[in-house]
Amino acid sequence: MTRKQRRLTLICGALAVLAIAAGLVLNALRDSIVFFSTPSMVAEKHIGPGKRFRLGGLVQPGSLKRGENLAVSFSVADGSATLPVAYTGILPDLFREGQGVVAEGALDASGTFRADNVLAKHDETYMPKEVADALKKQGHWKDDYGAKPSASAAPQPAQGTMR
Amino acid sequence: MIAEAGHYALVLALGLALIQSTVPLLGARWRDAALMNVARSTALAQLLFVAMSFIALVTLHVTSDFSVVNVYENSHSLKPLIYKITGVWGNHEGSMLLWVSILALFGGLVAAFGNNLPLSLRAHVLAVQAWVAGAFYLFILMTSNPFLRIANPPIEGRDLNPILQDIGLAVHPPMLYLGYVGFSISFSFAVAALLEGRIDAAWARWVRPWTLMAWIFLTLGIAMGSYWAYYELGWGGWWFWDPVENASLMPWLAGTALLHSALVMEKRNALKVWTILLSILTFSLSLLGTFLVRSGVLTSVHAFATDPARGVFILLILCVFIGGSLSLFAWRASALKQGGLFAPISREGALVLNNLFLTVACATVLTGTLYPMAYEVLSSDKISVGAPFFQLTFGPVFVALLLAVPFGPLLAWKRGDLLGATQRLLAAGIAALIAIALVWAWTYGGATLAPLAIGLAVFVVMGALCDVAERIGLFRMPLSISLRRARGLPRAAWGTMFAHAGLGIALIGIVCETTGNTEYIGAMRPGDVVPIAGYQLKLDGLTPRPGPNFSETIAQFIVKRDGATVSTMTPSKRSFATRGMSTTEAALLTRGASQLYISLGDATADGAIAVRIYHKPLVLLIWWGPVLMAFGGLLSLSDRRLRVGAPKPAKAPRALQPAE
Repeated sequence: MTRKQRRLTLICGALAVLAIAAGLVLNALRDSIVFFSTPSMVAEKHIGPGKRFRLGGLVQPGSLKRGENLAVSFSVADGSATLPVAYTGILPDLFREGQGVVAEGALDASGTFRADNVLAKHDETYMPKEVADALKKQGHWKDDYGAKPSASAAPQPAQGTMR
Repeated sequence: MIAEAGHYALVLALGLALIQSTVPLLGARWRDAALMNVARSTALAQLLFVAMSFIALVTLHVTSDFSVVNVYENSHSLKPLIYKITGVWGNHEGSMLLWVSILALFGGLVAAFGNNLPLSLRAHVLAVQAWVAGAFYLFILMTSNPFLRIANPPIEGRDLNPILQDIGLAVHPPMLYLGYVGFSISFSFAVAALLEGRIDAAWARWVRPWTLMAWIFLTLGIAMGSYWAYYELGWGGWWFWDPVENASLMPWLAGTALLHSALVMEKRNALKVWTILLSILTFSLSLLGTFLVRSGVLTSVHAFATDPARGVFILLILCVFIGGSLSLFAWRASALKQGGLFAPISREGALVLNNLFLTVACATVLTGTLYPMAYEVLSSDKISVGAPFFQLTFGPVFVALLLAVPFGPLLAWKRGDLLGATQRLLAAGIAALIAIALVWAWTYGGATLAPLAIGLAVFVVMGALCDVAERIGLFRMPLSISLRRARGLPRAAWGTMFAHAGLGIALIGIVCETTGNTEYIGAMRPGDVVPIAGYQLKLDGLTPRPGPNFSETIAQFIVKRDGATVSTMTPSKRSFATRGMSTTEAALLTRGASQLYISLGDATADGAIAVRIYHKPLVLLIWWGPVLMAFGGLLSLSDRRLRVGAPKPAKAPRALQPAE
């Protein structure tokens, strides 16, 4: 083989692999991305039952109820709408009423959000970024939600997941 | 006083970096050896001053000087000494200081041990190194000064985020940074080569040990971070495809590709331009990782503080260095002559394939990491790209790579014999088929992909062993000759075996953990017994206990198997008063390579406590694999060929390297 042919083989091989990878990526992007919504966005967009999304907002004070076998239910509010959430399992260490939360799951037929994943925060000053942005956009942001006790460098946040 | 001294030392280091970034280049241009040698002294002095600055910050933390903002916000006088020290880099400012300290360390190492480098190459390398260092000193001094004082010093600090109060913080960030920043050396070498317009096999010989060293640390750093997440976050996951993890995985993938392509360049003087490009890309990805983690575009346990000014500054550094080096590449790369010729089926060809798969895998991770940000900017909808995306994209590409791994080392340079290699891999193939059959029979009705994946892993491990067995003539020759050959085999060959086998070992761990995991989640009262994977776990009782800066509730579990007590496990729940936070300390019981894992949830009103118990079969292999890889890297690093140093290039004309 001449140098040219060899180079051509190489380039064709590389392009083939790249094309396959691009196909995989496009396919995966179509199926496996998850959108973020707040309760009022859920109402506006009429998200159907069974479609997975991430729900973010504040845990409505007084809404947390614990049932049998680690079943919990609480409501997520964003100032203009609330959505009931049902979850079975252990809640994150810093899950608190009145604070931000992000849960992943889908609506069921009765309009309850069945979460299979509640994202934990790892810091007491933490407000999930998505929730903070969404609340600001809707004008329900109060400065003390994200207020940090001092200057700038309070270690921030973390999301870990919890099943 | 100490804070001011530390601050001043950092300013001096910046001054030295400015000298180092210009004077040696002028020296190289004017062929003035004295000016070129300035780089050496400034690099060493820079290391000295940065080290002083770093030690100053450590001292402030250890002595709990709360008049310094950084100490006040991240320390507490009751915190154990080890966390006072590690807390230095458990925050944004301190971790940036650690970053530049390591950068200066590498610069100093090149200056100290680079005596065999041609003078002008060393001058160029150190100058480029100083550009990077200078940019980051400026960043620290302008946006993240760790030595700021508070006017009215408080008496007590705010304590370090409890999640970070763990031995993991002592190991994971320094290791990871040694890896990230270590790639700056290959970057500097690449840019120096472009500036000089000269590159040859000797260049690759100089670059490879540095790349290898960075790669070893990055491998260990990632593995350590993964294990830390596994035991600290309390739900037994070890990899989340979190953007921050991806940020460390991308330089690792590119760095692995670089190691292999530098090999081709060193041995065959081919793939030069590509190797240069990879060196640039690898460090660019390290910078991108720093940007993602430090700028606050992401929320994660790693992003300590969000301050828009910092994000913009790092973005600027990112653009200048990535854009600048890539433009330089586009401008100068054509001046580097193409090297050796090889057939598609050959060792070189296999290494090209390796590079292709690794870079494509890296590109899929990059897409998945940046896509949500791009999407948000374009449509203002927020999305998240999680594990399913990476399983669908990164997965297949990596499987293809793993299938090819055993073939590579068996092919000859220049022109290989694929049929012959296949024959020599027959034993590995048979072992893989047997493994598939066994696992399939054993887990009948379970996941269909698991046996195949285990088969692939066995193929990779056995393939690595086959290669060495073939080289030392095991079973073909008398044992004594084989042993003698084994001793004579270059350490790099052993290194390859361990590194490749480590890949397979890690895969076995990953497959077993994901498919063979058993879990129990529920509420338990003292006296309750839970059976899991052949063990009986009895909750004996809950006891409170005070700690230095926290109070904890310990649950005592008695682990029995077939009626005999195996051990006790004591997971706990700690609550830290200063920050009003609680953490879950999981209890781990190691049995061979498998582990039992217990973490606690909330106590319920009626005296029960929520628990999460896992049995994870062979889970430790996930981290033994990378450790084995790093060990392989270490063996390769100690190879005679790299120790005796690079051959002097023949007295070639100073201009461009002649074509072959």
